[in-house]
Amino acid sequence: MKPGEVRILVLRSAGTNCDAETASAIAELGARAEVVHVNRFIRGRRSLEEFHGMVLPGGFSYGDRIRSGAVLAKLLSHRLRRELQRFVDEGRPILGICNGFQVLVESGLLPFGEVGQVKLALAKNASARFEARWVYLLKCSATPFTGKLPRVSRMPVANAEGRVVFPPGEEQSLLEELEESSQIVLRYCTREGEPARGDYPANPCGSFADIAGLASPEGTILGMMPHPERAFYRYMYPDWTRDSALGMGDGCAIFEGMLEHILKSQG
Amino acid sequence: MKWEVRVAYKRGVQDPEGETTLEALRMLGFKGVKRVSTAKLFVIEGECTREEVERMCRRLLANPVSQDYEIRRLAP
Repeated sequence: MKPGEVRILVLRSAGTNCDAETASAIAELGARAEVVHVNRFIRGRRSLEEFHGMVLPGGFSYGDRIRSGAVLAKLLSHRLRRELQRFVDEGRPILGICNGFQVLVESGLLPFGEVGQVKLALAKNASARFEARWVYLLKCSATPFTGKLPRVSRMPVANAEGRVVFPPGEEQSLLEELEESSQIVLRYCTREGEPARGDYPANPCGSFADIAGLASPEGTILGMMPHPERAFYRYMYPDWTRDSALGMGDGCAIFEGMLEHILKSQG
Repeated sequence: MKWEVRVAYKRGVQDPEGETTLEALRMLGFKGVKRVSTAKLFVIEGECTREEVERMCRRLLANPVSQDYEIRRLAP
């Protein structure tokens, strides 16, 4: 299979607003990205079977009503449950960015790839504010998405509900379980790559254990609060003028990894 | 039937809006305030039983990890 034959779905719904730049990032790498509204799948006009991978982009799906990502998540887990479970079971990669991460958590796809089993929450930021800032990320385990990502990378977050919350009383046991299966992929850190240890603003949301990104046990589903599509080119960085050789930004590696994984698994 | 559903953070889960409100109230001179918690209130009207409202809470209105819910019947 050639990169040009890889079809990646960028799933949109009412309130999605990062679909165009996400599709553009994928297209820049030579794959075919298509932005399709979720209703097309619900009405049976399109099928998830058409795609080798899926991105749930950032935005405010259904106006973030009830909780961020909740309505789209329930729509997916209720109306597209079987199709979605098949997509996951076949190991086709799913990347959820920001609101997409919230959808993955609310649908149960993260952390254990089980549609309908909600084990985590992304709650209101500890600062009680919308946090839009560049953060440093420490790569803690390698997934198909993060193979090419440097140990310490930099991307922006932009969310009001990005605080990873574990079930009260079960925090340590669940953390150990996720660490053991290498599911904690990205943690907020300092510029030097030291853990943020909950300190603001290195950990902008007050996430438990500085978690910024989580993967499924197989590593084929990744949810992350930071926006890789907004750090795709080096010139998107706030300090881009200090760099004489403008190349690709850290976010590019996430999409490259996804594409390479598809090419490898499709043969 | 008319039901009221109150969804709030579980004990042990930080409530940042509540904390900010507490600070603001103290700043305004309400020194006696000890704690503020926030909650979201849904009023649901229609032909639905308590059991159905329970299911609505579990499936959509509350995140089982971070939130608790309380159901109250407002009108028969």
